[in-house]
Amino acid sequence: MKTVVCIKRVPDTEARIRILEDRNAIDTAGLKFIVSPYDEFAVEAALRLKESRGEGEVTVVTVGDPAAGEQLRSALAMGADRAVLVKGESSVDGLATARALAAELKDMGADLILFGMKAVDDDQQQVGPMVAELLGLPCVTVVTKFEVADGRVVCHREVEGGYEVVEAPLPAVLTITKGEYEPRYASLKGIMAAKKKPLEEKDAASVESRIGVQAMSYPSERPAGRIVGEGPDAVPELVRLLREEAKVL
Amino acid sequence: MTEERQQVRELARQFAESELRPHVEQWDRDRRLDPGVLEQLAELGFFGMRVPEEYGGMGFDLGMYVAVLEELAWGEPSVALTVSIHSAFAVGLLLAHGTEAQKREWLGRLASGEVIGCFALSEAGAGSDAAAVETRAWRDGDGWVLSGEKKWVTNARLAGLGLVVARTAEDPAGGEQPKSRGLSVFLVPMDSPGVEIGERKTTMGLRPIEVGDVRFRDVRVPGDALLGEEGRGFALAMEALDVGRLGIAAQAVGIAQAALEHARSYADEREQFGRKLREFEGIQFKLADMATRVAAARALLEAASAEPSTSRSAMAKLFASETAMWVTTQAVQVFGGYGYMRDYPVEKLMRDAKATEIYEGTNEIQRVVIARGLYRS
Repeated sequence: MKTVVCIKRVPDTEARIRILEDRNAIDTAGLKFIVSPYDEFAVEAALRLKESRGEGEVTVVTVGDPAAGEQLRSALAMGADRAVLVKGESSVDGLATARALAAELKDMGADLILFGMKAVDDDQQQVGPMVAELLGLPCVTVVTKFEVADGRVVCHREVEGGYEVVEAPLPAVLTITKGEYEPRYASLKGIMAAKKKPLEEKDAASVESRIGVQAMSYPSERPAGRIVGEGPDAVPELVRLLREEAKVL
Repeated sequence: MTEERQQVRELARQFAESELRPHVEQWDRDRRLDPGVLEQLAELGFFGMRVPEEYGGMGFDLGMYVAVLEELAWGEPSVALTVSIHSAFAVGLLLAHGTEAQKREWLGRLASGEVIGCFALSEAGAGSDAAAVETRAWRDGDGWVLSGEKKWVTNARLAGLGLVVARTAEDPAGGEQPKSRGLSVFLVPMDSPGVEIGERKTTMGLRPIEVGDVRFRDVRVPGDALLGEEGRGFALAMEALDVGRLGIAAQAVGIAQAALEHARSYADEREQFGRKLREFEGIQFKLADMATRVAAARALLEAASAEPSTSRSAMAKLFASETAMWVTTQAVQVFGGYGYMRDYPVEKLMRDAKATEIYEGTNEIQRVVIARGLYRS
């Protein structure tokens, strides 16, 4: 069983983001980068699949500049077996990234290709489904849990108001969301072992990026809290707002 | 190596932030850690940091090791202490002086955390005067018998292996040599018949630590329980203390760093006279001095870990512990009345910091060691 997990280097979700003067990029100086959290769920899912089957190989792949090697090594430290760095621009054009990945993935012989549901930097949710399309593979998105048996994958998906279970033949592409797969810590041993695992660097297939960022701006400030009333009389209105506006009930 | 050290440090910080920090207040109140925490530490490999890879550990150098201890202490100082004692004394001494058979017997289990180590040196009459040990060990057939009472053994109840310093000669070389030459170190399984662990002590800070007196009532151990050369135990203990003190320095830097961060955030939130505290020069100067001393203590610790020596370990321990005491006291002051309350985190750090000025050689002893070193060529 060969599983490939595609991951992305993104700014730490807790970092304070500064926009550069010319307003079409963020200032990366001194910025801390991490593996996109949804991609970590995907790595965890792949490792658990390997552990439950007692066999298999987990390869992590990313498209990016050499600095993204740091994120590949984090995934190796968690337990992935090998890594491939496809050297190229991590582009805002999802299709360009997907093409670069698909060119690399098409000969890897993966049974399962996993992505995070989205990268937490640009939130586009494009690359996973596009790779599936380019490779002609079935794609299941927003998967909270899956099992593999008899050449098929059974996926549990989160849908509005509930769950559904779908199945697809392997090889397949899945995009993983937070569900069963709380990522493990890389152990100290894992970190030490990671340096001995293979990390291959390849040049990306030349693909044109047709989308560019025109401008960036900071989000507007969050609106202030609202007092809906006082005492027990306010409860029905509060419940209504929580249900209908905030949609948390 | 640098990226690895960074990754390892980050893992320790992440662990401290998610698994230690949220429980610190409760552990301080309950005087115990969740047992699950030690299991997690073991699973992630923290007990094997100083064990070489060939024996199932991580083989970290001292620099990496103290960086991790600092982060653990930033989370919960008593956790850092447990790991430090285990690593400096049990692992450190076995590694430096164990026979191959002794290493094979213990190091793997120490690395995995299946066995935690403790060190039994201090006694009622042997504190700063560590050579005044009265616990005795004598040969009996093929083995040894130990008898005596040790004080303030950290990890006492957690430990599966004790490294015990005992007197094997009353008058070494017929009284020709100092009393310190009559001491030896023994590897004592803590479940041996006759090992009695006294009540847990209640401490001012570091309240979750498992510290207690240990009585050895004619405890029988095999011949190969002797570690290193007979009569060389005092030198072994002092050698292990050099690494132990780096661990205490790391713990102190972690405590100081935590206090600095709390004070920094509080000064950014709290307003008085219509201004944030951080806008008052009196507070700015405090924060600046705190940050500077923490950075200096960490730099000294890193230098001592890169080129270890008895003097440098003593300097790092001395300076870092006094920094921790000073910085935590300033942090309480920045918080004002709230700082004195148990609802806020800084008074605990001040209590924790005090221990670092006392154990593994009081700071008075560190000064003696440092001064002595000045006259050694």
